Amino acid sequence: MLSRTASSLYWIGRHIERADFVARLVEAALQFELLPQAMGSDDWASAVASSAGSDRFLASGQETNRANVIAFLAFDPTNPASIVSCMDKARSDARAIRTAITRECFETLNEAHLAMKGQVRRGKAGHIQEFIDWIKTIARSFEGAMHRTMLRNDSLWFLRLGGAIERADNTARLLDVKYHCLLPQGQQVGGMHDQAQWTALLRSVSAVTAYRWIYRDGLKPWLVADLMILRKEMPRSLAACVDEASAMLGCLRQDGGRTGAADRQARKMQTQLAKLDVEDVIQSGLHEFLEEFLADNNRLGFAVSDQFLF
Amino acid sequence: MAAQAFDEMYGLTGHEPRPSYRAIADWLNQTDHADLSTQQQAAETIFRKLGITFAVYGDEDAEERIIPFDITPRVLAAKEWSRLEAGLIQRVTAINAFLTDIYGKREILSAGILPPELILANPQFRVAMTTIRPPHDIWAHICGIDMVRTGPDDFFVLEDNARTPSGVSYMLENREAMQRLFPDLFAQHRVRPVESYPDMLLAMMRSSAPKGAGDDPCCAILTPGQFNSAFYEHSFLADHIGVELVEGNDLQVIDRKLFMRTTEGMKRVDVLYRRVDDDFLDPLMFRPDSILGVPGLMDAYAAGNITIVNAPGTGIADDKAIYSYMPEIVRFYTGKDAILPNVQTFRCREPEDLAYVLDHLPELVVKLVDGSGGYGMLVGPRSTKDEIETFRQQIIASPQRYIAQPTLALSTCPTLVEEGIAPRHVDLRPFILTGSNGTHIVPGGLTRVALKEGSLVVNSSQGGGTKDTWVLAEDELPVDADNGKEG
Repeated sequence: MLSRTASSLYWIGRHIERADFVARLVEAALQFELLPQAMGSDDWASAVASSAGSDRFLASGQETNRANVIAFLAFDPTNPASIVSCMDKARSDARAIRTAITRECFETLNEAHLAMKGQVRRGKAGHIQEFIDWIKTIARSFEGAMHRTMLRNDSLWFLRLGGAIERADNTARLLDVKYHCLLPQGQQVGGMHDQAQWTALLRSVSAVTAYRWIYRDGLKPWLVADLMILRKEMPRSLAACVDEASAMLGCLRQDGGRTGAADRQARKMQTQLAKLDVEDVIQSGLHEFLEEFLADNNRLGFAVSDQFLF
Repeated sequence: MAAQAFDEMYGLTGHEPRPSYRAIADWLNQTDHADLSTQQQAAETIFRKLGITFAVYGDEDAEERIIPFDITPRVLAAKEWSRLEAGLIQRVTAINAFLTDIYGKREILSAGILPPELILANPQFRVAMTTIRPPHDIWAHICGIDMVRTGPDDFFVLEDNARTPSGVSYMLENREAMQRLFPDLFAQHRVRPVESYPDMLLAMMRSSAPKGAGDDPCCAILTPGQFNSAFYEHSFLADHIGVELVEGNDLQVIDRKLFMRTTEGMKRVDVLYRRVDDDFLDPLMFRPDSILGVPGLMDAYAAGNITIVNAPGTGIADDKAIYSYMPEIVRFYTGKDAILPNVQTFRCREPEDLAYVLDHLPELVVKLVDGSGGYGMLVGPRSTKDEIETFRQQIIASPQRYIAQPTLALSTCPTLVEEGIAPRHVDLRPFILTGSNGTHIVPGGLTRVALKEGSLVVNSSQGGGTKDTWVLAEDELPVDADNGKEG
């Protein structure tokens, strides 16, 4: 496969995943706003922080409030992590390499592109929840088309590799922004505010029910951390994402792709996570752990581009 | 003008449909106009969803448009097509012989058939190609010959396209859309299939590989990228023949061999179907500021390590100044008269012709010899006095840049427009493939239609549309009209 094609596939995977994630961030903040524990601008600031857009947002000098943050995260074409930017880049890449994806995959992104203007107009006119639901539907349609129609070959592996690396990044950021409320300090453990924060965090990744099924217990901060970091059953946990990335690199290797630094980096991350215990993570500093994980995950991304001559 | 034109369905005079159109005429009479419009919209929705779009230069708002598609097919009877086919093969054979000759021995100049300066001082003449022999001596692997019709047996060549003719994807997509929308119509006709084009294209490319390439030559299509107006077609073709669609950045010349960068390392390329103009192919040889091409590509070509489809320098064969000599060129290389005549052409470079042209501007079509896409031309009968006068000054300033032709009564074909079914002018671009496996044509081509009433400009960049083109397998319809009706 052409290296340029591989790069585009990888970035389609990443951008779709990111668009879905940012949509979920906005949704979580909207839901949180309805609760009596809502803290106003703080909640919106943490949504911006989870999208890794704090510096850019602050530089724009805007007030941190609902309207500005939604505009920034959902509709701002100058914010590279906004939903519209991610969708636009994914479609543009898909168009450039449309021979490498199936007609169904391309049509999903192309139809989204054609409908985007109208959807944005409605979203800006107050129907933000509809816009978010629509974006989540697009992401699911794309993944459905991908799983149902793509050949099991390197095209699919690169798409999924991008998705896995992006998803790991997103989960780690989400946790990092909320880590203070997962720690047994400040307010009384399990205080009303924390409880609501955990629920919001879990809900933003559609994992409230998953939590109940796995732990059959009330919300406990260390269990939330366990679920999001170490539980392989949880499709967004760091462990599951790293496993997926590693598996995709394995498939590429089997199909005759080059091997090298990316394979080693993925193995290293897998080994580290396997040794961990959630108690240790919390004792030795959740924030430090997540920062290190984000750096490692970034290194994996760079190693992938080097290894496949992007 | 429109009143005198030959109609593809009704001929010159009658209200009785010609035999090849009988079933189409019945269908049009029996189907409600609103139903047809609904079907037409359905087709356009399909095209837009698939991203079958093209870009118009200089029109930012309409970055991606679809070419309007008309659902009434253009039908050619078996006899009509077989004459066209023979004529097209003859013409393309002559074009290839002509290119081999002028970049080689130049016998046609020695014989005094063409003025030497017309070749040697032509901006389309690539000096670099005088020292390079393309593999198998094939230059114009893919030609699109634009045909117009003025009567039952009167087909003329309007233009030869020997560089990188586009439009073949529309031929294929139009057929697919028609078959999806109107399966009954196909059941009533025996329409020869066009679906084999991608296979023919791949077979042609493989047969054209350099001799050293082995049994399984690697082919690729070179595109300028997704912002090119014909990008859809480039990716469509790559997808349908199963080869990589590469950009200049993906390619690299190492040791006079061409490679593409892949996730498995560097891979050798033997045949490159380029949809990039000569000027941009190799910054070391042609335009140094080009980022679309590959440095060293021409060196690999000179070493005989790559086949470029079409060869650089073929533009000289479709130059409009050369066009006027095509009847002589065909006779010189094939020893026979051209089966397909040219449209009468006045060369403004010659004083007598120039005088005639300047006297008759309101009734002529004047074209730039190196223009394309309907740009830089004057359609006398449809222009204002001011436009004619402005053009007159341009011709006087550099007469060698222009040719002129009488305004032809192009044939019309029934077309669905807002008011219903109405005649609109059409042309036809068949696609001719030449490899070391011979010269082949898919039965049909792209029919372009000028959607504005009375307009003669069919170019998609100027508001033209397209139709499916049917070549019938035999002249008699196998099913009589009654069986075709809904029971």
